[in-house]
Amino acid sequence: MANGTIKKDSGFGIAQVILFISIAILVIFVAWPVLLILFNAFFVEGNFNSMDFYKVLTEPETFQALINSLIIASMTTVGSTIVGTFFAWLVTRTDLPYKTFMKSLFLVPFMLPSFIGALAWKMLLSPHSGYINKWFMATFNTTEPLFDIYTYYGISCVEVMYLFPFVFIQVCGALERMDPTLEESARISGAGLFTITRKITIPLVLPSIMSGALLIMLYSMAHFGTVAVLGIEQGIYNIPTLIYEKIHESAGSFASIRTGTVLATVLIVSAACIIWAQQKVLSKGHYQIIGGKSFRPMELKLRGLRYPLLFFCLAYIGFTILLPTVVIFMVGGVETYGLPLTWENLSLDNYKYILFEYDVTRDAIFNSVTLGLAAAFITMFAGVMISYVIVKMKVRGKGILEFLGMLPFSVPGSVIALGVILAWSGQFGINIYNTVWIILVSYIARYMAFSLKANSAALEQVHDSLMEASRSCGASMWQSLKDIVIPLVRPGMISAFFLIFLPALRELTVSIMLYAPTTRTIGVAIYTLNEDGETVMSTALAGIALIIIVLGQMFINHLTKKASE
Amino acid sequence: MSYIRLVNVTKRFGDVTAVDNLNIEIGKGECFSMLGPSGCGKTTTLRMVAGFEDLSDGEVWVGDRLLSSPKKHHYTPPENRNFGMVFQAFAVWPHMSVYENVAFPLRLRKLPNAEIEQRTKDALTATNLLKAANDSPADLSGGGKQRVALARALAINPDVMLLDEPLSSLDPHLREEMRFEIKDLQRKYGFSIIYVTHDQSEAMALSDRILVMKLGVMQQIDSPLDVYNNPKNKFVFSFIGVSSFTDVVWKGKDAYIKGSEHKLPSGLIVPERMKAEEMFNLASRPTEIRFTNANDPNGVRGHVIRKAFLGEIVDYLVKIGDQEVRVQIGRRDPGPEADETCYLHFLRPFWYKVNE
Repeated sequence: MANGTIKKDSGFGIAQVILFISIAILVIFVAWPVLLILFNAFFVEGNFNSMDFYKVLTEPETFQALINSLIIASMTTVGSTIVGTFFAWLVTRTDLPYKTFMKSLFLVPFMLPSFIGALAWKMLLSPHSGYINKWFMATFNTTEPLFDIYTYYGISCVEVMYLFPFVFIQVCGALERMDPTLEESARISGAGLFTITRKITIPLVLPSIMSGALLIMLYSMAHFGTVAVLGIEQGIYNIPTLIYEKIHESAGSFASIRTGTVLATVLIVSAACIIWAQQKVLSKGHYQIIGGKSFRPMELKLRGLRYPLLFFCLAYIGFTILLPTVVIFMVGGVETYGLPLTWENLSLDNYKYILFEYDVTRDAIFNSVTLGLAAAFITMFAGVMISYVIVKMKVRGKGILEFLGMLPFSVPGSVIALGVILAWSGQFGINIYNTVWIILVSYIARYMAFSLKANSAALEQVHDSLMEASRSCGASMWQSLKDIVIPLVRPGMISAFFLIFLPALRELTVSIMLYAPTTRTIGVAIYTLNEDGETVMSTALAGIALIIIVLGQMFINHLTKKASE
Repeated sequence: MSYIRLVNVTKRFGDVTAVDNLNIEIGKGECFSMLGPSGCGKTTTLRMVAGFEDLSDGEVWVGDRLLSSPKKHHYTPPENRNFGMVFQAFAVWPHMSVYENVAFPLRLRKLPNAEIEQRTKDALTATNLLKAANDSPADLSGGGKQRVALARALAINPDVMLLDEPLSSLDPHLREEMRFEIKDLQRKYGFSIIYVTHDQSEAMALSDRILVMKLGVMQQIDSPLDVYNNPKNKFVFSFIGVSSFTDVVWKGKDAYIKGSEHKLPSGLIVPERMKAEEMFNLASRPTEIRFTNANDPNGVRGHVIRKAFLGEIVDYLVKIGDQEVRVQIGRRDPGPEADETCYLHFLRPFWYKVNE
């Protein structure tokens, strides 16, 4: 690892400089904030004090948030795994009509930011003012709402709706790549379809299911938006929402920061455990199941169930995607929240207002776009450089970088926000708190993982001999990088750019902890407007955000399609 | 004698006929190979026998059991056919031990535990795997994995063994070894084999009879020797072994190799049926040509353009007119040098129409 040979002619100095810069970037943006959190969690007035850590952790409020995070994350994980696996099986292993189309439909929830979904469900199913509940109570003449969204179940259901694609994608991929003869040989051995599914197919795709489930667990534990929108009303806090609450209500007092760091430490540790478990599952259970020549895998004939199941899938999509989206756009069009959604009440006035007149939302859109572009740009280039060192360079001390490169993958958003506050609000000479810069810094930390992943994948495709061939033709290292490596990894860089830009546009978890009155992002504006009772404005902005996101996604799809041709 | 019968078996994928009206009868304990280039329909045929593909038309019988017949709306699913099958990519289940892989089909048959153990051990012994019984298949080499697949197929003592290019994923040395192991196992257990391959030496070494297919159509069914010595048509000739085809044309009553100024010698007799052809082919195998001298009535005059020493044999490329012929002789046989004029004696000439 670290004792690799140094190429004598490759410029010892340059390699060291690049390595140093790479390490510095990761330390400054990721490691240092995380270390500060750990330090603040365990050290009181400069002395190590684990008892105090324990004390903070067992305070009823903190402990409850911990339990809530666990409950919600577990329910979400179980639900998403069942939903994701079932739909993946349906579109890969049955003769469901319009399978390819259905498959792409099931990926749509990825585009929908879950806090916007939560907002929509709040308007549909809040116990007394939700449209569905109101309709239900009026129709059946009852005072009991149909479903209360402000519960653990409600929150988990909404998270499942927007998170299940993590499992869906993993399982689809595994089922599609799996060598069909593995199942065929079981069949010719005398096993029926049910036995094959139970004894062969499921055990073989289990690692993929598990790895998707762990991803969801990780995401849900540290997820802010849905719980913030649906939980706070009933006092359901999870770790990120409690960190947010602590930081905000007491304007950065020592006690609240400490509670925050303790909670963040719990998040860091659980994230590390989850990532470790995922690696373990993937490495241990990652069977070579990709076959040679293959016929299409056998499909279960659904017979009479074909169209009922298709209808079920469409209904699911309609209920979880279409309905919330429609509600967002309609509520965004009424004058005040609570008016019946009839054509007479709908207009484009709100949209015009937030786009052209309302400072808060105009600033928010401007902030999100510029922050997204800047973060994407910087992180893309930093990611190329760091991945290059990790994947390609043979230089002493690379081991440190490999370790640091793992960090961004396992640090949740709220942890980054808290760490950035600790690091950049003046204690160490630089105070950028309450400016856009602190948000930019946190975005870079948050999205470094995406950039590293896309770029190292692209770099691994570039065989060393290409670079060596260029060097042997007389090109210097820089020339070879410029003319050979960069053009070949450009698709990876572009995809990294958009993998960062699009999520950054709708970012909430980090921005919510760092915003100042003039530095709201789209996500923050939607959330705060909603909290301030400006439901209609908030929803209209959510509608605009959805349009931007969908257009952006279509643009990416267009780009990647062109690149793959 | 016929045990497995394919009657008018046809498979269409949309407009494409992948297998066209195939009739085959295979005896009990026979090793029957299907040979042909990729896309010839051999694998599709095997999969129809296994039950993984429906038939578009025709019937598949084993003994007195009808397995597939679209006309009679009859279809026995693969799991009820009691066949053994081995796939190219091994398809050994990576989440089970070697033992569990082999025992799996027996467990499905709900046999008593003692019998499962006995038969699993027998199959493992027959394939030299007993020592590796508790290993994970991932720890085995390609040959080892293929042995597991074989043992698994053997364990149920199948009537019919279907082998779908089972050796193509192995390296050449192992391939040869496994070939004979399969043959030994067949002798011991007495099952019939249907063997799909694109490797002709594999088919030759193993089979009692070979079916050569092209674009879904049967070309020839014969013993390996007959397929080699008496190919039914130009395709079979060209597909089996190394071959040269030279264009021959008529000039008046005499036949000339195209571009050559010398008519064919009197010893080389063109069959009657070529008389009406404007151009036709003289087909030859490199090892069935000898160098001779100018006086030989069989001698066809040519010019050596390349001579390559390949160890056991010497390989020549000889130009006759504007045509080229491959010739191979033993390393101790006398032969001309490069760039010399030479005379070729075609020991076993075959004559084909150009578009045959």
